[in-house]
Amino acid sequence: MKRRSTCFLGGLVLAAMPLASAQSGSLSLPKTVEAGSAFSIPSTGSGKAVLYIVGPGQVLRRSVQLGEPASFASGDLHNAGHYLAVLVSGSSTENGAFDVTAAHEPAVLSFLAKPSRVAVDLRDGISGVVYVLDTFQNLVLAPTKVSFQLSGVAGAAQTRTVLTRNGVASTKMNSAAKEGPGQFVAQVGNATGTRVIQQVPGEPCDLRMSARPSGQRLAVQTDPVRDCTGNIVPDGTIVTFTETYHGGESTVDAPLKQGVARAEMPAYNGAKISVATGVVLGNEIRWGK
Amino acid sequence: MTTGRLLATFIAGATVALIVVGTLWPVQSAVAMAGSGAGLLTSSSSAQAAVENLAGEIGRQDWEKAYSSLANKSEFSETEFVRDLTGNYASLRTYATLDSSDLRPLHASADEAQIQLKLRWSTVVGTFSDTRTVQVVRTDDHWAVSWPIVKEPRVPPQVIPVNYLRWDVIYRGPADDWGAQDVEAPHVRIIDMHPVDRSAGVVLMGEVLNEDVVPAFVTVKATLLAKDGSVIASEDSFDKISHVLLPKQVTPFLITFHDVALSQVDSVHMDPSAILIAASADPVIEIEDQRLNPAPEASFTGKLINQSGQVVNVAHVLGTFYDKDGQLVWVADQYVDRALLPETPISFAMSIPADIASKVSSERAIAATYSSGRFQ
Repeated sequence: MKRRSTCFLGGLVLAAMPLASAQSGSLSLPKTVEAGSAFSIPSTGSGKAVLYIVGPGQVLRRSVQLGEPASFASGDLHNAGHYLAVLVSGSSTENGAFDVTAAHEPAVLSFLAKPSRVAVDLRDGISGVVYVLDTFQNLVLAPTKVSFQLSGVAGAAQTRTVLTRNGVASTKMNSAAKEGPGQFVAQVGNATGTRVIQQVPGEPCDLRMSARPSGQRLAVQTDPVRDCTGNIVPDGTIVTFTETYHGGESTVDAPLKQGVARAEMPAYNGAKISVATGVVLGNEIRWGK
Repeated sequence: MTTGRLLATFIAGATVALIVVGTLWPVQSAVAMAGSGAGLLTSSSSAQAAVENLAGEIGRQDWEKAYSSLANKSEFSETEFVRDLTGNYASLRTYATLDSSDLRPLHASADEAQIQLKLRWSTVVGTFSDTRTVQVVRTDDHWAVSWPIVKEPRVPPQVIPVNYLRWDVIYRGPADDWGAQDVEAPHVRIIDMHPVDRSAGVVLMGEVLNEDVVPAFVTVKATLLAKDGSVIASEDSFDKISHVLLPKQVTPFLITFHDVALSQVDSVHMDPSAILIAASADPVIEIEDQRLNPAPEASFTGKLINQSGQVVNVAHVLGTFYDKDGQLVWVADQYVDRALLPETPISFAMSIPADIASKVSSERAIAATYSSGRFQ
């Protein structure tokens, strides 16, 4: 939208100018200018003229004395892109173009890390993408080294260094074997970005339960439920106890509490009790005779 | 001009005739809607008329009149009578309106009769029936109903400590930078899906697993595609699913595409979506005495027992039925019309199509619950 309005303004400026060729003034434009830096545009000729600079999201107008350079202070041009310069002197115009490039020094990182929650022990399960920007939020297109580091609650940190391509660098990391928050850091020079990746237990492994009488009923309870790398499965995870007896069935969906799921079921002699969580099946118990 | 007068006279005459017919032989539902006393039109001069009158008064929620007409009102108070019909605690019954009633005489003598009264209530989630067998006794020249009161148990005042887990969520705010992280949506997976051709159309059923460690609000949308890739129809599971799935919980779902034949369908596009929500691991519901009752009138019955200390206002039971190979063959559901009180069994029954019932070898039930004043 901003760009469109600029082009529109630029068009108006050009339309307002006479089409006669320049006779009394000319420009000597630099090929490139670094965003935010001070620069000047020398001119030749004599008399007064008006210099228009039209670029992405920005239009500048300067009254210049021909034969003297038109000066621009640092920060006057800060959006990277292709600019058009038009010198209007009386009935003549002179025009040219130059590029404004992003500053060489990266100042800001836009860091996207996904997912924010991942199961432990997953190869290439975490991805990080960095956009390297200068102070003025221009994408730094020059190849730049970005270092990524993922450190968990235990074990050695994983480190990768990636060169940006068209201002973007990306990498993939493995999730740690131990659950807990992982610090995912991207760094270029003094600019850093940090994201927290929650590494959570995976599928339960070796689900086991036991049963004992509790008054007229049966108390069933799992052993502490762990994943295949030994992490305790989070509380709230649903464990389903199923009891089948004499053509009937009872089920309880019980949440894990401190790693253990408990429930009370009817006590029928010869009943078969099984346990499952998600698509993982546990052991089976036959109660009584 | 003459034709216009003739037409006006005809319309006026027809209106008067219809008013007379409507007054002399009113439709029962219209009487109930109008709120006029049914007793004005039918007296309790027979056992059937007495039960009809009582049903009309219940339908109009004219509790005082209904209670005063009962033969056994000395056995219970009017409040107990009203609570029998509307529930002690807020439940589907509390907000239900009587849709219709059916009578079936079972036995009759000169002074006594036994009639089965089927009250069909309508609620926001469909209808439910309440069938009572009532004794009707003759006193002098009129008949009165002896109401078979069902006293809902009350939970004595007590403190029940619970320490179940609850999940709360903080999402990213508008002030966060572009690229800043948001909480990840839960990962859910369709673990089974099966289309069936039924007389009503194509029925698509399956099961969804929340394979994440956080609760999810799940919906399943399906799109039927024809051979040329065009969309035949698109539907979602609406309430034939347990929307709130705790970690590692599995829910069945059922989607019906009316007036579509399976032969028209080339492929199905499934679109499960999950949103991270605040939820609680409480209450825990035990589903006891689950039984599959064979055809005719095949049904799946059982009892719900609330193992927590909180009153559950609305419970929704979903049954998943499998054949001998473990293949999903049907999904049925039933709302429970009474509130679930702690440790108090409440029965449920859901019907299964007769042709499906013969194939069912095993089943699985889950209960979704709603408690007023809580999110879940």
